[in-house]
Amino acid sequence: MSTQGMILAGCDGDRTWRLQDYVARGGYSALRKIVADKTPQDNIIAELKASVLRGRGGAGFPTGLKWSFMPRSFPGDKYLACNSDEGEPGTFKDRDILRYNPHAVIEGMAIAAYAMGAARGYNYIHGEIFEIYQRFEEALAEAREAKLIGRNILGSDFSFELFAHHGYGAYICGEETALLESIEGKKGQPRFKPPFPASYGLYGKPTTINNTETFASVPFILNMGGEAFLNLGKPNNGGMKLFSVSGHVNRPGNYEIPLGTPFSELLEMAGGVRGGRKLKAVIPGGSSAPVLPADVIMGCTMDYDSISKAGSMLGSGAVIVMDETTCMVKALERLSYFYYEESCGQCTPCREGTGWLYKVVHRIEHGEGRPDDLDLLNSVTGNIMGRTICALGDAASMPVQSFIKHFASEFEYHIENKKCLVPPEVQHAGSNIYVSPSC
Amino acid sequence: MLEIEIDGQQVSVEDGSTVMDAAHQAGIYIPHFCYHKKLSIAANCRMCLVQVEKAPKPLPACATPVTAGMKVWTHSEAAVKAQKGVMEFLLINHPLDCPICDQGGECQLQDLAVGYGGVASRYQEEKRVVFNKNLGSLVSTDMTRCINCTRCVRFTVEIAGEMELGQAFRGEHAEIMPFIEKTVDSELSGNIIDLCPVGALTSKPFRFSARTWEMSRRRSVSPHDSLGANLIVQTKHDVVKRVLPLENEELNECWLSDKDRFSYEGLNSDERLTTPLIKQDGEWKAVDWQAALEFAASGLRGIAKDYGPAAIGALGSPHATVEELHLLQKLARGLGSGNVDFRLRQTDFRADAGRAGAPWLGMKVAETGELDRLLVVGSFLRKDHPLLAQRVRQATKRGLLVSVVGPNAEEWLLPVRARALVAPSALVDTLAQIVVALAAEKGVAIDERLSGFPAQAGDDARAIAASLASGRKVAVWLGNLAVQDQRAAELQLLANEIARLAGGTAGVIGEAANSVGGYLAGAVPSADGLDARQQIEQPRKAYVLLGAEPELDFADPAATVAALGGAQLVVALSAFVSPSLREVADVLLPVAPFAETSGTFVNAEGRAQSFVAVARPQGDTRPAWKVLRVLGNVLELAGFDYNDSEAVRDEALAGDIAARLDNRVDGVALSAVAAPAGALERVADVPIHFADPLVRRAPALQRTRDAAAPVARASRATLAALGLAGGERVRLAQGAARAELTIVADDKLADGCVRVAAAHPDTATLGALSGAISVERI
Repeated sequence: MSTQGMILAGCDGDRTWRLQDYVARGGYSALRKIVADKTPQDNIIAELKASVLRGRGGAGFPTGLKWSFMPRSFPGDKYLACNSDEGEPGTFKDRDILRYNPHAVIEGMAIAAYAMGAARGYNYIHGEIFEIYQRFEEALAEAREAKLIGRNILGSDFSFELFAHHGYGAYICGEETALLESIEGKKGQPRFKPPFPASYGLYGKPTTINNTETFASVPFILNMGGEAFLNLGKPNNGGMKLFSVSGHVNRPGNYEIPLGTPFSELLEMAGGVRGGRKLKAVIPGGSSAPVLPADVIMGCTMDYDSISKAGSMLGSGAVIVMDETTCMVKALERLSYFYYEESCGQCTPCREGTGWLYKVVHRIEHGEGRPDDLDLLNSVTGNIMGRTICALGDAASMPVQSFIKHFASEFEYHIENKKCLVPPEVQHAGSNIYVSPSC
Repeated sequence: MLEIEIDGQQVSVEDGSTVMDAAHQAGIYIPHFCYHKKLSIAANCRMCLVQVEKAPKPLPACATPVTAGMKVWTHSEAAVKAQKGVMEFLLINHPLDCPICDQGGECQLQDLAVGYGGVASRYQEEKRVVFNKNLGSLVSTDMTRCINCTRCVRFTVEIAGEMELGQAFRGEHAEIMPFIEKTVDSELSGNIIDLCPVGALTSKPFRFSARTWEMSRRRSVSPHDSLGANLIVQTKHDVVKRVLPLENEELNECWLSDKDRFSYEGLNSDERLTTPLIKQDGEWKAVDWQAALEFAASGLRGIAKDYGPAAIGALGSPHATVEELHLLQKLARGLGSGNVDFRLRQTDFRADAGRAGAPWLGMKVAETGELDRLLVVGSFLRKDHPLLAQRVRQATKRGLLVSVVGPNAEEWLLPVRARALVAPSALVDTLAQIVVALAAEKGVAIDERLSGFPAQAGDDARAIAASLASGRKVAVWLGNLAVQDQRAAELQLLANEIARLAGGTAGVIGEAANSVGGYLAGAVPSADGLDARQQIEQPRKAYVLLGAEPELDFADPAATVAALGGAQLVVALSAFVSPSLREVADVLLPVAPFAETSGTFVNAEGRAQSFVAVARPQGDTRPAWKVLRVLGNVLELAGFDYNDSEAVRDEALAGDIAARLDNRVDGVALSAVAAPAGALERVADVPIHFADPLVRRAPALQRTRDAAAPVARASRATLAALGLAGGERVRLAQGAARAELTIVADDKLADGCVRVAAAHPDTATLGALSGAISVERI
């Protein structure tokens, strides 16, 4: 567990999630100050805009701008939702934030509620990490007891109720409108936008949805000032960011580092490539981000702009490292299987297309590829991308397109030779996970 | 208004329109599957993707709001590429089994695949298989064909009012299904067949019996409820194969109730009467028309001679056409009898002397959508008037507040704002209370006719009055139960008064297809004539019976069977033969059901809708108007020389129909008599699929849950007072009339009531539909 960084700074013990510990680390001072000073809502939003905090869930949308979309003068209920439905393969940062510093999220949400005039909030937590959900409930109980959430927070006339809600294991519920549907008790399926949640969100009311890390960053920004936060990172890429490093590294885990840190430094923090092997490829932003070959990623800094320029996405900051023992066809097969299983089935291109992609990649991997399969895959992904209700269709397509683009020779070898370019024994040596015998 | 350009065409559309709306307005067709004008927008099929200027990707026309100055291309290269891409996805897992699919020839997927599909599939993998579901006796499934457009799901939720279908599972495994072990039991379920753009949902009774292009199609009008739903009747070789809705936005929109849609099966029933029969010495004998008509005519002449013409009664079904009812009354009057009626299930005719016109809905059906307050009195609205209930359901989403008075509170799948759940004997008193409370709300004096009633209103009445008082467009509707009530005239008077005080309209929903038309046709007794009830209570020597079954279609089955059975002559004109008709009748004349005759129904809003025969009459069957015309000739009555049914109609409906519609009644005395305490009262519903002779013989409808054998129902308190727990077999008695049923607890009933369905063989031995009934454990 890293003790560097911002949100997770000092979180190196069993009790760091407790209210008492959080307060000792300076927690809730931002909320207390706002409530005591009756800080104007606009000032808070201005501070966030100055910080250039970009949404940490994956899309990187400027948070201050998102908050300013909320119709604050709208009479009636307004809602906040925290998206802790962290289901993207490779991503596990929100889990650690909720595990080690849940009060930062609670404080961030309370401040957001204050700034946007929302009276109720929900934290939608990934169903597979049930113990984290239980911990968050405990943290909520502490905060409620201390009058940090609930009616008349800290004796003021500001009230905000916050509830935890756990999912049931659907990746799609991490899509913000599917998340709202799920909270409403319906099948988790994305809504068509417009209308956007800011005008028609939870129960049809204006709603703002942010990622866990985004909310958790808010108290720190207000304490240090937007400008200072921005300066932690680089222009247009404010602050610190958690990176979940996984795959063929010596020390997988979460690393909270300033945006703009070179990838090579991050790789070094994670102990470098396992066994001193050669780096082959990196998926820099969660499984739906296009893969980047070693030479490209080694020239990148870890921030939205640099990764985007290199042809991928910073996404949620899930860095999946693959060394030279990796069969890229097999890796893609596993990713495609994920999207095939997790498509919600609502709209045609994704429902039908993800299965098609998986079946073709599966065939190639199992020595039944055909010469025109790569053209077919590119064509099918082209018919999915941009044609669906939500971004899952794009998420399923981008790995396919990027794997073929950067590693076409491996796919072609598979198709022509009915076997893998990377010999099975090399794959076995490089991984202790199961490798199918057909490889 | 917004100005946009679509395919180079300038269009001005209303704010809030979608690109689909704009294209529709411009006469441009955009391919689509999930979009349906009456359903919410799902945007899931993606077939309607179009190119929009400045948009980085194609947008679904159905869900994209129009903005000022927008430029849209629906058939550009980019748009068509997107549409073709979607079509390919739709087809990869579709079985492409058109040759064995009932939807073939009328399939949206098939049609659009011609324009947007490839000649061969690039998909070489295994196709998905989805197991079929049992949705009941009406809708057949081939779920592998389903494209998951969710039209059927949205229909059950939004139009039928109850989610009976949903999409389970995810991704490629997603499938449309009912709840586990449940069927789709809505009375509107057949519409999902029309909505399904592929062959996943097809008609179970129709399936595999004809191809759409083999059938001829004619427009017709539903002979069932008072809405007058417009039909397309499809026939092959003079056999009715299928009924579909004919869209009429002012009446049935694009929907049909299952009764309207599937009752055609009864047309081909084994019980069709296809030859004239006469009874001689207790034996039925097939004869030709001439012999039958002469037998009938001489019989009627003889009765008139022996006992006077007043010994003849004429009773016609409210499902008979205007032409038939007009000739029936003309025949009776020609014989010198004023004993004519078509209101067979009604019991209170005190209003007849003071009626200003024919009772009607008091408004257009389509105006339901504009109402903001509605009081429904004595109705099984959802089952008696499925499509009207659907309109009310939609109106409640736009702010209509519905109040209900009656002994029944079964689920209508729409929100009820205020309700007075009272026994039939308390209906008059409850409406009087509403008048009192409404007068107080409006600050006006109470009509002196109500002087006998208490000046205080109860909580329920006050809540209803408060709701009505705040309305801008108010209606008060009397349902079938109210019209059949023993104090119907007083209910009408009070409903009129409530409507007057609330500044709204009072109306009668009407029991049958021709409940208004019967009045206009003059099928009501003369001043000295006997009404339907009197004709049974004071048995006649001879009856002419048109389209009705004695034990099922009358207010008092036991008394009716007795009266007809005791008559010297019963001339029955009927499309069907049944044991009871064989028992009571002396002449059975086979007359055409609606599909085999021309005719006219006047619906609840006073709209006369004429239709022509869609098939040749079966066997020796003849249209009833022709039979009555010839019978008039044989009897040598004047004025029976019509050349066609239009001439009959023009005579019956001469003048302005609207001017003949009026719900006002005069000269009805209100009395504040309380029901005897502790008396048990019968509440009789007419189950949806038993209401008339045709639907009773439609096999698929008879297998639905709505057609389940009736049980007796009573509230738990009532059961407790009777010493019953529910679940027991009980003997029900009304005087000498008896029936045995199982009784169950149903708290959707007012205390002191037992709900026992009418019009069903199990209860046909009972007496009056309302009034005292006794229950004892067997």
